[in-house]
Amino acid sequence: MAEEKKQPRIGVFVCHCGTNIAGTIDVGAVKEYAKTLPGVIVADDYQYMCSTPGQSKIIDAIKEHDLTGIVVAACTPRLHEPTFRTATKEGGLNPFRFEMANIRDQNSWVHMHDHEGATAKAKDAINIAVAKARLLEDLYPKSVPVEHAAMVVGAGVGGIQAALDLANAGIKTYLIEKQPTVGGRMSQLDKTFPTLDCSQCILTPKMVDVGRHPNIELHTYTEVEAVDGYIGNFDITLRKKARGVMSPTEAAAKGIIGGGCNGCGDCDAVCPVIKPNPFEFGMKPRKAIYIYHPQVVPLIYTVDFDACVKCGLCVEACGEKKAIDLEMQDTFETVKVGTIILATGYDAFPIEKKREWGYQQFENVITSLEFERLICASGPTGGHLIRPSDGKTPMKVAFILCAGSRDNTGVGKPYCSRFCCMYSLKHAHQIMEKIPGCIPYIFYMDIRSFGKMYEEFYYRIQNEGAKFIRGRVANVLEDAKTKNLHVYAEDTLLGRPVDLEADMVVLAAAVQPTAETDHVRHLFGVSCSQDGWLLEAHPKLNPCGTTTAGVFLAGVCQGPKDIPDTVAQAEGAASAASIPIHTGKVELEPYFAQCMEDKCAGCGMCISLCPYSALDLIEKDGRQVMHVTEAKCKGCGTCGGFCPGGAIYMQHFTTPQIVAQIDAFLLGGEQ
Amino acid sequence: MADEEWKPKILAIICNWCSYAGADLAGSARTQYPPDVRAIRIMCTGRVDPLFIMKAFADGADGVLVSGCHFGDCHYIAGNFKCAKRMFLMKSILKDLGIEDNRLRMTFVSASEGAKWAKVMEDVVQTVKDLGPSPLNQMKQ
Repeated sequence: MAEEKKQPRIGVFVCHCGTNIAGTIDVGAVKEYAKTLPGVIVADDYQYMCSTPGQSKIIDAIKEHDLTGIVVAACTPRLHEPTFRTATKEGGLNPFRFEMANIRDQNSWVHMHDHEGATAKAKDAINIAVAKARLLEDLYPKSVPVEHAAMVVGAGVGGIQAALDLANAGIKTYLIEKQPTVGGRMSQLDKTFPTLDCSQCILTPKMVDVGRHPNIELHTYTEVEAVDGYIGNFDITLRKKARGVMSPTEAAAKGIIGGGCNGCGDCDAVCPVIKPNPFEFGMKPRKAIYIYHPQVVPLIYTVDFDACVKCGLCVEACGEKKAIDLEMQDTFETVKVGTIILATGYDAFPIEKKREWGYQQFENVITSLEFERLICASGPTGGHLIRPSDGKTPMKVAFILCAGSRDNTGVGKPYCSRFCCMYSLKHAHQIMEKIPGCIPYIFYMDIRSFGKMYEEFYYRIQNEGAKFIRGRVANVLEDAKTKNLHVYAEDTLLGRPVDLEADMVVLAAAVQPTAETDHVRHLFGVSCSQDGWLLEAHPKLNPCGTTTAGVFLAGVCQGPKDIPDTVAQAEGAASAASIPIHTGKVELEPYFAQCMEDKCAGCGMCISLCPYSALDLIEKDGRQVMHVTEAKCKGCGTCGGFCPGGAIYMQHFTTPQIVAQIDAFLLGGEQ
Repeated sequence: MADEEWKPKILAIICNWCSYAGADLAGSARTQYPPDVRAIRIMCTGRVDPLFIMKAFADGADGVLVSGCHFGDCHYIAGNFKCAKRMFLMKSILKDLGIEDNRLRMTFVSASEGAKWAKVMEDVVQTVKDLGPSPLNQMKQ
């Protein structure tokens, strides 16, 4: 609370933002109006207030006019508040004596054709800002230490890369994966475009690295149960799902010397339960005790307790290793980290919802991910592409692009899924390479080959003999006898209908946020975009950050991305997440609640309202008064909005400040 | 004065994380809406003291909008929910005072809903315009 009682001396600076503001708003008139406001000592305008000369105006004015508060009327505080706070500080004022009037994002840009209305609104906005600036006080951010550890949620290629970068930077990193193995979607792919690298070959070394890196604590088959705390000091509760099998370390901890799972597979061989393997989209069987594929990390078997009949044959087969415990229960563990990276990936759109293409109605209509497994040497057919209906080799394969993407019918997704064009080109190449004479027909709306060497790859596939038909497929029907498929479309370049009889149809299904995304974002307090992807702090300038300090994003959980973009963003997120950790401390904005003890009746209503348990009652001078634990308070003001005695003082959003803003607007600044 | 079109005075109190960001997004998308609303930014709608609403109407506001995050999306867990309960009570108090309760409105606009913000602006301005000047302002005249 302010101790000095100096009369307010405010400086107002109106930004033109080129023509962004000045093209709509009469900046000169606004500046002249600002000069008439009580407490305003100086008002100025400039082309670009955020530029160095613009900021110098603020710095010089503070010194020249002995100002007590600064108002900049420009863009949004969400963009430039930090910039101008720094300038305010450089001028020798406390940085919290700065207030911003948003006359661009919420004014000139949205009232482009109403010069008069926009100018009047800008005047009011400045009046409101000046009213607050008159009452601003010196505040001091609270500095809190940062735990020297990070957490990465999701161990696909993005999560793996982020974890390796953090670990290599010397940071203890917890890598959390809900599946029994790391690898994610990339481990299901056969080749990668446009280099045609074998996906597993380039991923497996990274999978192995995260499994044995001394700075990485890998938790597979684990989910985040609860998140508490704030940047620098997150307390995270992990649910380690009952795996039914112990690792050598876990066995050693239980005193079983030389025991634990070594991946020998003796249990798998005797297990009598057969289930479809979801990693292979059900095209291959697995046992109730399983690994998805030979390269899993860690190489430890997992019991599918939903399928297990607890016959105990596996326990017997495991013998002296004593790795299997069919009575195992979920366990919980709490870890403390400074920053968090979310890399929770994506799901394929349930393309059976697009009834017209016949997925799950006709056997020979498959999705691209199923195609990846069918063409993969480690897949269910050993890499032989066969039709599901009769095992014959297809000679005509139709690829339907934008299957559910760029779809405004309400059934699909309105956005472009970004990597389907390229992997479908890759698929076309693969079938022409593996099956001589087999012709791919690619039904497309546009081919989007935006990346490095992508367009060149497109030309290559054209030259290799793939047929491209521009037009959205209307319908796919099956010939009941041959199980061949009729693909009906319009060739929009030739302007004539197409009826293609294909042996097989591959649907490049759209991608969508995973089913858990909503749960994840609520756990970590992250917003989502309209399509449900996790929302970055700024699409251009902060693509890895979120509005929750200390939580960062990597990979497709933020929006469709191919592997290079995912890895690049993961490296960016790792860099961003390591900065507070290496700095060792972060500053929290000092928007804390304070108790004006003389007004507090000790009713305790605020305590039940506080979402962070930051408030409690203490005894002072023989009566109960509210007390704030500043490290827990996040400054929402929910307590201050309700206190019946008006005893809570919300720093930087005080009741007098807000009331002064209301008065300034409605009473015209006379109060 | 009589010939001039009456311009309503509408105050918006909006939270930093969702609605303020949504309003900014309407800006970067250049979605146009009427300029009659003046906004005050707070961190969370949980901060909205019923006093602010009363003060605004007493000062001559023709309408007040409070806008925050969607339920379940609050940056501070449930501040918007606590605010919504208060606004519900405020509406009945306003009614008792003879002020039409739809002069006070609470909306939920997320950071990705720029278009929705513009729609809310249009709706709020239209609602207040249809109602005309606040009864308190009519009394003053």
